[in-house]
Amino acid sequence: MSALAAIFVRDLRIAVRVGGSALMGVLFFLVVATLVPFAVGPDLVLLSRIGPAILWLAALLASLLALDRLFAADHEDGSLDLILTGRAPLELVVLAKGLAHWLTTGVPLIVAAPLIGLLLDLDAKAAAALMLTLLVGTPALTFIGLIGAALAVTLRRGGLLLAVLVLPLAVPVLIFGVAAANAAIVGPVPFGTPLTILGALTLASLVVGPFAAAAALRQEME
Amino acid sequence: MRLSAFDLACRRGGRDVFGGVNFAVASGEALTVSGRNGAGKSSLLRMVAGLLRAAAGRIVLDGGDPELSVGEQAHYLGHQDALKPSLTVAENLRFWSDFLGGSDASTEALAPVGLAMLADLPAAYLSAGQRRRLSIARLLAVKRPIWLLDEPTSTLDAAAQVRLADLMRTHLAGGGLILAATHGALGLDGVRELRLDSAPSASGARP
Repeated sequence: MSALAAIFVRDLRIAVRVGGSALMGVLFFLVVATLVPFAVGPDLVLLSRIGPAILWLAALLASLLALDRLFAADHEDGSLDLILTGRAPLELVVLAKGLAHWLTTGVPLIVAAPLIGLLLDLDAKAAAALMLTLLVGTPALTFIGLIGAALAVTLRRGGLLLAVLVLPLAVPVLIFGVAAANAAIVGPVPFGTPLTILGALTLASLVVGPFAAAAALRQEME
Repeated sequence: MRLSAFDLACRRGGRDVFGGVNFAVASGEALTVSGRNGAGKSSLLRMVAGLLRAAAGRIVLDGGDPELSVGEQAHYLGHQDALKPSLTVAENLRFWSDFLGGSDASTEALAPVGLAMLADLPAAYLSAGQRRRLSIARLLAVKRPIWLLDEPTSTLDAAAQVRLADLMRTHLAGGGLILAATHGALGLDGVRELRLDSAPSASGARP
């Protein structure tokens, strides 16, 4: 097995074992999104109007939740030292870790979103559009988050710094994610326009995230 | 193959830890690095592994692969064991073997360190000494000529220390070289020693 496949498979295994991040992230997502109907009350018109925004906010918070351990755990147990003495480029290692992280924390959110859609009175078409926006947009959340996760490696309580660093950078993703979902549900903007921009944000973060995160990791090991 | 350092200096947190360190280790040789706590033994090993930038001086490897850095041709055995508690003993070893470019038969390296019986046990249940032995198995699963060992015998019992000495002897006989930071003896014959506490800092303000 190649070095990159090895680290991808290892991170998948760790995430799905007991105490891993996969189940925690999706449970957090469900709890946060479920709280909103209780807080807002049984106003179905209002709920279905703010539904996409609620689901996107919950997805943003849930994808931040496990991110601070992504590199910090490897730093604390010495794995990061060995990764740096490996022959695989650090940028690609970061990319492989990011993909594994998205598969185990991002994809479960997308699958769980229609369940919450029922609570928010989203019909089938709206739920499908929302799932599509999450599918296109959540990789951007993970890969922007990689930068913050790499910067927070050597700090205790790095999770707080991570949130402060990453949330402002995630604003464009949030705007176009919710805009695309709303466009599909109420219009009048065509669904494709914000979705395309969301896709562009994801592609850009796929390139920038690993390079920036690898640079931050190298800097911190000094 | 020959690993040499010229006029190496280390600065950590604005304080000079050591300076003017020279050494050379050739294939088949072992060099122990000794000194008081805080003398910079671990920092020296991390510099050779490429994990820490030297404040001055350089590290040269003659006869190695010119395409690879020194760290990429070295095994670094640090204080931390780089094991994931939720993975089994065999999974941990197989991962590092795959990642560092070892063979597929990596789990065979469990037998020399006496962990073959525990291959399917999650690493969370290992004792400190067993964790250390699993880390040492990594050095056997992937062939790299330079071993950088930071306190390799800590947490090992007497029998495991003897076994480690045998493994190091085999490595040296196969043309490898060893740089080890240690307070005690490694159990090898003809080992040279590099002492790092030549000059205590002038201020004398050490805790």
